[in-house]
Amino acid sequence: MTAVSQTSLSVNPWRDFAGDAWKTRVDVRDFIQKNYTPYLGDGSFLAGATERTLKLWQTLGEFLKQERAKGVLDVSLVPTSITAHDAGYIDRANEIIVGLQTDAPLKRAIFPNGGLRMVKGGLEAYGFKLDAEIEEIWHKYRKDHNSGVFDMYTPDILAARKSAVITGLPDAYGRGRIIGDYRRVALYGTNFLREEKQREFHELDEAVFSEDVLRLREELSEQFRALDELREMGAKYGFDLSRPADNAREAIQWTYLGYLAAVKEQNGAAMSIGRISTFLDIYIERDLAAGVLTEEQAQEMIDDLVIKLRIVRFLRTPEYDTLFSGDPTWVTESIGGIGEDGRPLVSKNSFRILHTLYNVGPAPEPNLTVLWSTRLPEAFKAFCAKVSIDTSAIQYENDDVMRPQWGDDYGIACCVSAMRIGKQMQFFGARANLAKALLYAINGGVDEKSGAKVAKGFEPITADVLDYDEVVAKYDKMMDWLAATYVKALNCIHYSHDKYAYERIEMALHDRDILRTMACGIAGLSVAADSLSAIKHAKVHVIRDDKGLAVDYKIEGDYPAYGNNDDRADSIAVWLTETFMEKIKAQPSFYRNALPTQSVLTITSNVVYGKKTGNTPDGRRGGTPFAPGANPMNGRDVKGFVAAGASVAKLPYCSAVDGISWTASATPGALGHLPEERQKNLANCLDAFSAAGGHHVNVNVFNRDTLVDAMDHPELYPQLTVRVSGYAVNFVKLTREQQLDVISRTFHEKV
Amino acid sequence: MVAVSSTASPDLVQAPVGYLHSVESGAAVDGPGMRFVFFVSGCQFRCQYCHNPDTWKLHNGRQVTLDEALAEVRPYAGFLKIAGGVTISGGEPLMQAPFVGTLFSKIKSELGLHTALDTQGFLAGNVADDWFDPVDLVLLDIKQIDPEKHLALTGHPVQPTLDFAQRLVRLGKKMWIRYVLVPDITDKSVDILKLADFVVSLGPAVERVEVLPFHQMGAHKWESLGLTYPLAGTPTPTQDQVQQARSLFASRGLFVT
Repeated sequence: MTAVSQTSLSVNPWRDFAGDAWKTRVDVRDFIQKNYTPYLGDGSFLAGATERTLKLWQTLGEFLKQERAKGVLDVSLVPTSITAHDAGYIDRANEIIVGLQTDAPLKRAIFPNGGLRMVKGGLEAYGFKLDAEIEEIWHKYRKDHNSGVFDMYTPDILAARKSAVITGLPDAYGRGRIIGDYRRVALYGTNFLREEKQREFHELDEAVFSEDVLRLREELSEQFRALDELREMGAKYGFDLSRPADNAREAIQWTYLGYLAAVKEQNGAAMSIGRISTFLDIYIERDLAAGVLTEEQAQEMIDDLVIKLRIVRFLRTPEYDTLFSGDPTWVTESIGGIGEDGRPLVSKNSFRILHTLYNVGPAPEPNLTVLWSTRLPEAFKAFCAKVSIDTSAIQYENDDVMRPQWGDDYGIACCVSAMRIGKQMQFFGARANLAKALLYAINGGVDEKSGAKVAKGFEPITADVLDYDEVVAKYDKMMDWLAATYVKALNCIHYSHDKYAYERIEMALHDRDILRTMACGIAGLSVAADSLSAIKHAKVHVIRDDKGLAVDYKIEGDYPAYGNNDDRADSIAVWLTETFMEKIKAQPSFYRNALPTQSVLTITSNVVYGKKTGNTPDGRRGGTPFAPGANPMNGRDVKGFVAAGASVAKLPYCSAVDGISWTASATPGALGHLPEERQKNLANCLDAFSAAGGHHVNVNVFNRDTLVDAMDHPELYPQLTVRVSGYAVNFVKLTREQQLDVISRTFHEKV
Repeated sequence: MVAVSSTASPDLVQAPVGYLHSVESGAAVDGPGMRFVFFVSGCQFRCQYCHNPDTWKLHNGRQVTLDEALAEVRPYAGFLKIAGGVTISGGEPLMQAPFVGTLFSKIKSELGLHTALDTQGFLAGNVADDWFDPVDLVLLDIKQIDPEKHLALTGHPVQPTLDFAQRLVRLGKKMWIRYVLVPDITDKSVDILKLADFVVSLGPAVERVEVLPFHQMGAHKWESLGLTYPLAGTPTPTQDQVQQARSLFASRGLFVT
């Protein structure tokens, strides 16, 4: 089979599709609602992998093996753009869905607009060298995002960044967490979309030319230029993207090329694909009904798409990879959920995309995310539970708390951030370290590790025993400083990113007038909450060094810990979440009038945050990893995971609409004796967590022996997948520290 | 016997308090579905393979009133109603029979949940038939069918446990038989088949037999209690050994997990 488009468009590409509104203006949701077929059955219709699929996966496996050995397989030194590279293939004769970021598989592109420094660091770490000419261009003639940000930062921001009380800021590369509505490419073709953008542009011809309008006009021009480039890129692969997709294969191909243009242009921290499965199902159903497609062929196309999504790559530095465990790209696909009319948005294609985890084995990408609702069809719930138990590769987010906020056509950006597709974007803001900020409150803004004064104008606590009211009063003020410093940094970052590294094609696949959120985040929630609980309910003595700096704490008595469904501690975690959100909201200015939001998410940086934070009043030793996301501290949740989930579910979504992440792990044996019992138990637990208002949960099901063996023999486990905070990683790509952290969190015992 | 003393005081019957070792909110292998489990403290057996020797002494537990114990379950009642129920395990729950019995009654009458009792049954002779009214399922641990080996393993005779099983049949109670497979101690085919025959004789009251492979995860508890762990050198059974034991039970027509 070759990848050349079968262009015989004597018939209308929209034939047999119902509805009118979506035909006259861009409205993908309307198209889905009028045309999709909810599927209430089980997975018995699914087809296995074809010989072709397995062969292609095997061919790619060789490249992946070489990549694992070298870290980076190859780099194209041509600065990337939508059209910078020629068509690339894994095995042209055997590919059904085609397109690579550069002209060869796993060959990474360079993205100097985000930051030349990251490009240089990445190249040098893996034995490549930047062309002198490119260096000259980005030094002399063209400014990058990274340079723009550092031209604006304050001394406070620099100090907070250095001490890691604020960290993970996207100031050196693409900010990501923007989801283009790639479905629009398939449904409308680029001509229609370009005309819409032109119309939107000319609507502003008579507007008052304020700075906002001028910026928008320039952006809209960039957007329709990017659509032209997308069409041009499609032509390299032999497709005419100017027109709508005519069949299922084209719909998948068009959607994927839209996405591919985005990852050719941007190396965003997270590059989600959106919510495409049920949209694509409409085309598949039409072709199945017409007798021009078989189930096996449909599955084969989805398998092929997923193979492509697994090999999206960006060139990062080894430090970045350590922080995030390998090379995550967060190609998040949101699956399922319930429509506003009460019909489940589960289609046969929701099953097919999950089934890829069997056909081509488990993998961390795409980041398959099930939008869970207690009202999902029971057969789908059971299928998801089975996939979780067999692969540990999927995560769950509560559609019942997100739908009222975001409607029924949102997708998840990165790990947990919901946004209406094509109608909303976020300014990604990483996170502030609440545990370290508590130590700053005690030490009057002096860093407990370096001794440097980071936050100015604060007095330390001098008492030998910590008084709850005094600590809270000082902490409150310290959080004011932290929020102010943090939001200023984010304003610098996103002003600069819009200016120097604007996401042309992703924004071309959005409406003109969108909601922007400024997505702040917090880390160390459980450490901070337990510390306050210890100060309140036990007696915490301060141990100071010879310079008078509080460096350790001695706890007398017991204290209730967050994670046991005990309000004495859980209410402190709730208070912290609400309070920091209020501090953020109180800031005087948000770039582009963004709506401030917050997440409780650490990704895998819980290990690094812990490393950079000294001894804490909860008894945690300095350097010990934090619990990830909103998790209770490792080993302190002694009443089992239903109680732990109940504690996490108390954190109010309305104070963290950017997401609240919980990672739960179990051994298969602990979920029940028989496979059906395990599925039922897991599905019931997910229902319970959702009904309690919990937002996000990663589910890991694995044996300790497997993980220990994989640490020693990584070559035997190339596909072993583990859910961490909001995404999945190849276990063998974790650092040893992170591997040990996963094992000790899961099995509550020494390794 | 230590066992009877706690049940003898009239005060305890009037205002029952119990002793809890711990609770577990999300257990999936202690009865049907997801269970809230009370691990009560106190046990008169001294099983060589015990993985919770820290539950042996009654007063090592946390003292709770009935209301306090019920309050621990209540937040999960909605979930447990759909997903499973409550199991009282230990330790040996029958050591605190008045407390445990009243707790079962309240879980039934106030929360309407499925209930399971996890016991070795040795003390069942001390409680009346109606004590079992609020119990839906008994997870009966039969440590060894061979009387001598049972005595050596637990320090107590096996007959009361076997009598109890037959009594449960008369009371119309459902049972799951639990059998811990320990290499050299409980893995002889002759013992397993003898037990299987006994279980078959109990008829349809027995819904399943659970073969639980011995593990070493309790070893550190013996150590921290300053006790000598008699099975420190005992290996965990292999997959094959576990499979073989399950097959022996299954060969008598029993449903085994």
